[in-house]
Amino acid sequence: MLIQATPDGAIDSGSTAWMLASAAFVLLMVPGLAMFYAGMVRRKNIIATMLYSYGAMALIGVQWILVGYALAFGKSVGGWIGWDPALLGLQGLPADRLYGDKGIPELAFVMFQGKFAIITPALISGAVAERMKFSTFLTFSLLWATFIYCPMAHWVWAPGGWLFERGVLDFAGGTVVHISSGVSALVLALLIGKRLDYQTTSGGAVLPHNLPMTLTGAGLLWFGWFGFNAGSAVAVEHPVAGASASLAFATTQTAAAAAGLAWILIEWWHHGKPTSLGMASGVVAGLVGITPAAGHVRPLAALLIGALTSAGCYAAVQLKGRFGYDDALDAFGVHGVGGLIGALATGLFCFVPVAGLLTGGGPEQLIKQALGAGAAIVFAAVGTLIIASALKATMGLRVSPAQEREGLDLSLHGERGYHSELV
Amino acid sequence: MKLIVAIVRPERLDAVQRELQAVLNEGDQYRLTVRAVEGHGRQQGEVEYVRGQPVRSRMVSRVEVTIGVNDDYVEPAVAAILRGARGAEGGEVGDGKIFVLPLDDCVRIRTGERGRSAI
Repeated sequence: MLIQATPDGAIDSGSTAWMLASAAFVLLMVPGLAMFYAGMVRRKNIIATMLYSYGAMALIGVQWILVGYALAFGKSVGGWIGWDPALLGLQGLPADRLYGDKGIPELAFVMFQGKFAIITPALISGAVAERMKFSTFLTFSLLWATFIYCPMAHWVWAPGGWLFERGVLDFAGGTVVHISSGVSALVLALLIGKRLDYQTTSGGAVLPHNLPMTLTGAGLLWFGWFGFNAGSAVAVEHPVAGASASLAFATTQTAAAAAGLAWILIEWWHHGKPTSLGMASGVVAGLVGITPAAGHVRPLAALLIGALTSAGCYAAVQLKGRFGYDDALDAFGVHGVGGLIGALATGLFCFVPVAGLLTGGGPEQLIKQALGAGAAIVFAAVGTLIIASALKATMGLRVSPAQEREGLDLSLHGERGYHSELV
Repeated sequence: MKLIVAIVRPERLDAVQRELQAVLNEGDQYRLTVRAVEGHGRQQGEVEYVRGQPVRSRMVSRVEVTIGVNDDYVEPAVAAILRGARGAEGGEVGDGKIFVLPLDDCVRIRTGERGRSAI
């Protein structure tokens, strides 16, 4: 099909190519996340843990086409939610229609945003790993993506969204993706309760079964995050998308590196040894922290944001034991806490499109960032509480104790991740 | 002195350890060796699915617990393993087996002690 320039402007081939590549990058983060999480569980739960992520990839992949995009990016209804019947099933969306003034086909934007909708519920699965029913997780993901994620994406990213119009900055989803999933993960972890073995084995922690897999997953996340952050430049900026994408790329790299380094240095000092799980956790924390700020801050500020987020998440993960909830793989500790630090740091360090508190501006942007974060925390917490309580009363959240002891792989999926050679 | 070798379900290992701890505790850590083993008894392996085809593995995974005890402790230890390995829901085919073997001698490598006190 020949794509023709519309009156809005010509198609920008560079932006379009990078948007398509970025969408694929972000999809690769989902297998990356599955590996990152699966290495941290016991070997009897590796299949179940990975299937939470792959389940979201398939299910939300369908939901996004049918209703998700229309709800998130359809015509704004009072700033609260999008709606456009023509976008249901993408029926009324011709392939040559451009998205706003960004110079890219809207379908490329639909795909890019769809990957964000997929990874967000997958992030939540880390809090409930090794005990949540697969059927309930799928149902939860569908309801959560539809009633929590889509409205929130609309508020922050869609023209007309109430936080968008107030100038809240969330470059690539610190609020929409990370605060929302982290807070929801905490609520879900509290509702579902601890794993049976949470207290009995080795003083609270449940030992990971394959850290090399976790490290590989963290590496894939780092790679994919360039699409997540530098890809968002195309959705945000035009005609300077290339400059903005390059800035976001540089800050993403800087923050991840600084955060990985910060985490192992802190634990080296604190516990005497630098660990691989610390390196992986630090890298992911830094990537979370820079997400809202990626295209708004300078590389040196990204270095501070990465280190700061790493330290904050380290503290949150250490303190988890004191509060007695079982956020199994630290979905709240890393994404909730890291997302919040990143959202606020954006208000301190941003220099485009406005100056932040520490870059010559006033406190206005910091206040806006706090408003955005606060709205996300309240909405995600209340929404998750309602959805999860309803599912707890109807489908049940947990597998039976016998299934949990046997392992979810065999009891729910009829498979094992690893077979002995004798079999 | 007896050598107790028990083959139990992996998911019951924690409970077996707790029960043994309760009867063998003399103020220090009791001694235990654990191995992952494969095999079968009267039951067959679990049914798994490979692209829709049901497959029953020939072997099942179990945990083998080995523990050397002095004569006074044989019955309490056997009873403890039974309680832990059977579970609250009652016994099922596949719960495993306990073997009690005579044990001629025992040597603590660090000190060279032998017999009762080395166990």
